[in-house]
Amino acid sequence: MFEDGWGLSLIVFLPVVGAGAVLLIPRAQEQAQKLTALLFAGASFALSVFLAIGFDYGVAGFQANTAADTTWIGAINSHYHIGVDGISLPLLVLSTLMTLLSIVYSWNHWPEPENPKAFLVLILVLATGMAGTFVALDLILFFVFFEVVLLPMYFMIGIWGDKNKVKLPVVERVVEMRIYASLKFFLFTLFGSAFMLLGFLALYFRSGDGAAQRTFDIVELSMRSDLFTGVFAFWVFAALFLGFAVKVPMFPFHTWLPDAHTAAPTVGSVLLAAILLKLGTYGFVRIALPILPNEAEEWAWFIGVLAVIGIIYASLACLAQTDMKRLIAFSSVGHMGFVMLGIATLTDIGINAAIIGMVAHGAITGMLFFVVGSMSHRYHTRDMARLGGNQKLMPIMGGIFGFVAMASLGLPGLAGFWGEFMALLASWQPAAALSTDLFRTLMVIGAVGTVLTAGYMLWMLQRVNFGEPPEEWSSHELHDVDKWEMAAWVPLLAGILVLGVFPRLVFGATNDAVIEMIEAGWRFVGG
Amino acid sequence: MDFDYHALLPEIILAGTVVGVLLVDLSPAPKYWTAIVGLLGVFAAAIPILTLGFCGDLAFCDDSGVRSMLGDSYVVDKFSLVLKGLFLGAAFLSLLLSVSYLERDRYWEGEFYFLMLASTLGAVVMASSRDLVTMFVGLELVTGPTFLMTGWRKGDPRSNEAALKFFIIGVLSAAVLLFGMGLVYGATGEITFEGIRAASANLPDRSDALFNLGVLFTILGFAFKVSAVPFHFWTPDTYEGAPTPVTAYLSVVSKAAGFVGLLAIAYLAFAEARVNVWGPALWILAAVSMTVGNLVALRQTNIVRMLGYSSIAQGGFMLVPFGAALASNATSVQLESVFSATVTYLLIYAFMNLGAFGVVIAVRNRLGSSEIDDWSGLFRYAPGLATLLAIFFFSLAGIPPLAGWFAKFVMFRAALSIGGGWVIALAVIAVVNAVIAFAYYAKVVKSTWFDEVPTELETDALASERVIPSLKLALGIAALAVIVLGVFPDLVAGLGNLTTGFVE
Repeated sequence: MFEDGWGLSLIVFLPVVGAGAVLLIPRAQEQAQKLTALLFAGASFALSVFLAIGFDYGVAGFQANTAADTTWIGAINSHYHIGVDGISLPLLVLSTLMTLLSIVYSWNHWPEPENPKAFLVLILVLATGMAGTFVALDLILFFVFFEVVLLPMYFMIGIWGDKNKVKLPVVERVVEMRIYASLKFFLFTLFGSAFMLLGFLALYFRSGDGAAQRTFDIVELSMRSDLFTGVFAFWVFAALFLGFAVKVPMFPFHTWLPDAHTAAPTVGSVLLAAILLKLGTYGFVRIALPILPNEAEEWAWFIGVLAVIGIIYASLACLAQTDMKRLIAFSSVGHMGFVMLGIATLTDIGINAAIIGMVAHGAITGMLFFVVGSMSHRYHTRDMARLGGNQKLMPIMGGIFGFVAMASLGLPGLAGFWGEFMALLASWQPAAALSTDLFRTLMVIGAVGTVLTAGYMLWMLQRVNFGEPPEEWSSHELHDVDKWEMAAWVPLLAGILVLGVFPRLVFGATNDAVIEMIEAGWRFVGG
Repeated sequence: MDFDYHALLPEIILAGTVVGVLLVDLSPAPKYWTAIVGLLGVFAAAIPILTLGFCGDLAFCDDSGVRSMLGDSYVVDKFSLVLKGLFLGAAFLSLLLSVSYLERDRYWEGEFYFLMLASTLGAVVMASSRDLVTMFVGLELVTGPTFLMTGWRKGDPRSNEAALKFFIIGVLSAAVLLFGMGLVYGATGEITFEGIRAASANLPDRSDALFNLGVLFTILGFAFKVSAVPFHFWTPDTYEGAPTPVTAYLSVVSKAAGFVGLLAIAYLAFAEARVNVWGPALWILAAVSMTVGNLVALRQTNIVRMLGYSSIAQGGFMLVPFGAALASNATSVQLESVFSATVTYLLIYAFMNLGAFGVVIAVRNRLGSSEIDDWSGLFRYAPGLATLLAIFFFSLAGIPPLAGWFAKFVMFRAALSIGGGWVIALAVIAVVNAVIAFAYYAKVVKSTWFDEVPTELETDALASERVIPSLKLALGIAALAVIVLGVFPDLVAGLGNLTTGFVE
């Protein structure tokens, strides 16, 4: 059933079909809406698992039997070209899984104002955008999917987001957090991606003489990377960098992230952290590096330095937070810093680290947002100063929280370890063209960052989980983890453990593809 | 003289409909028949466009390629067919929008449809005209009736003010245009576009300046029509004061007519002045229109005024390909891509802007206000309308997968296909503007989706109100077009590429 890309197309478009189906169900029949959404998201996930099982792990590159390539917009020579290789496969599976779990979690956790129908429709549209970005092999197709995720997330933050007031800088106006955060999120990403589109167009026009030879095809462009040189390549890389770096987000483009994550409803934060951030790093690995390998070498030191600044800056910012959710949001900036450091080394170890880092961060930080969302649902506050003794009040919730926090700080044996450890390892010996001294310095600073990470995570655990509950809560009846939460969380918790013990699950898929990419990318420079 | 009746059939049917509407209005038949006759007439006029377009596949049709009449003054080619299709389609939607508006507020109906159809006829004529005089007559036929339509709400002083302002500026711009055309004729001694082009290729030195000045004034005359900054100042007041369906019509059909004239004159008649005169002039107008339109739109609180400034900015985006054409080394393939970019943008813009105004009419029917703040919480009591509003506004902002993204995309593509410092600079200005524009489109979406309903509103009563069927049909068509064209832009890109025939 995966012949001619049918299965892949179904994985991508089943959710949006589901969104259409949910729209047709009258508003009152909530149960039917939830079941429909679950069915479509489940089918999409099941297909992606079948895809992973049937995947030929011995072969690097895109698996021809699952790919599709037909003309989409003939006028601009853009194709509906989709396919998976070892790099995109883990991320595709992660995105379909997170969608499914988000729907399960939402079953009886509707943020205010409820309206499950609209919420489900948005999750499903989001799912199509996320899965589509990971399989698109045409720049225009990639761009469209990359942008499709913006609208549902915008509405999710804007409608169901945080209603606390904030005072805006500069204009001195007081608005609700959700309004500010949703617009900021959109404007930042749009700004980056608009320049990214210019970069795509520039690549297209340089890719051949005459309309017949020009192409938007990512695979094809990667093979023509010798055409893109000099000042041209510099500006194109700058445009792509802007698009992807805002999305990752890298320091100093990260300022939208803490606001968006904090303001979003729980499921919004989960999907934002688990998948949306990966679109940026994936863009680097899939587009910027293979198509502009020489320019990537020029930029590597810059990306590496920004990544490490991000790690340190985020850790220090975390130490200053009072809001649990905001703390986790900042921790994302740090973790994505490790991912970018791995990418910046331009080695197979570094890029493998980046991909397992993405998957692990998706599972762990997604899980952290789930738990914090559930906790603030019960406490009605996220202020760590008012919390404490969570372990006593809700033993299971506290246990899970502790486990995930440990995973997040990179405890060996859990998923978070591999990404950080291997990114630092790769910095010891970066690609031949890069300065070893610089990257070794970055490695040392990054290592300090892991210590700081452990520091703020433990500090958070201490303030929230340990000790005696304050009086405020001792009289409250706080119910522990319910069955829907359990159903949504157990797969992730198991995944974190299994990935930690058995990282080959990801490396097995990625390694060949990464090595192939590196060899193909740098064959011209003989690296 | 050889007269091709098949080629002229759209104009003939439309002219017949114009008269027919008046006759029905005089008869004792109920007034809504005038609307039905008008709609049917527009629909019927679109049929010969299809038969002409697919002429090669039809047995009865004599496919002789481009049909040229009246000494090359009137030409039916693919460009004119595509744009006539656009005008008729947009007029059809504008008529549908008008029906609900006029019925609701008891305005004169027959005369209104008569005027709107006469104006559409002018636009259709413009698409085929290939000489200065026919073009001018067509343009005035577009504009004349709109002065009256703008003042249709007789009892409202704002409507009167709008009409008067529009009239004075309209006359002024006609004078500028005629002056420019006169200079061009004086310099070249020709009025057909082909003739002007041939003559301007080897002008004597002393006529050169005259010709360039003529080109500049002609272009500026059209700049009034497409409300490019700094010739835009009539636009917001006129848009706000006019009945909303008329505003929709002005912002789409009338503006598109201006662009059609500009396209034909600039690329055909003034091809020799591209690098020196109109390329740089329209580069400036494009940059300023986008920037000023967007920045001022940011501060608007009235949705119609905001859409007015938005349409100024959108006009700026449509001018970007013109500005990109200033490169002296542009090849004909590049010019074709630049030319089709503007046409493609126009085609998509028509649907999304008419849709946006359709939503404005529907919501204003319910609330009686076009202040954005009064629309707060629309999503709570009219989720359907709020969804449509989000679709059209985000499409205007250019967010995939809604059709607007492709309009912006072809615009950027045209610019980058030419390349060069000045053109890239214009593209970057356009990128920044696309981001600014998002902020005010999002403001409306924010108000309608995120904000609370004003306390004094009776939402139960509002929720039970229905949208009038004709308006529903118009909104449905526009929304469908915006979504389908966004996912399968090839449909519209193909039309855009068809039109490139006369760029050489």
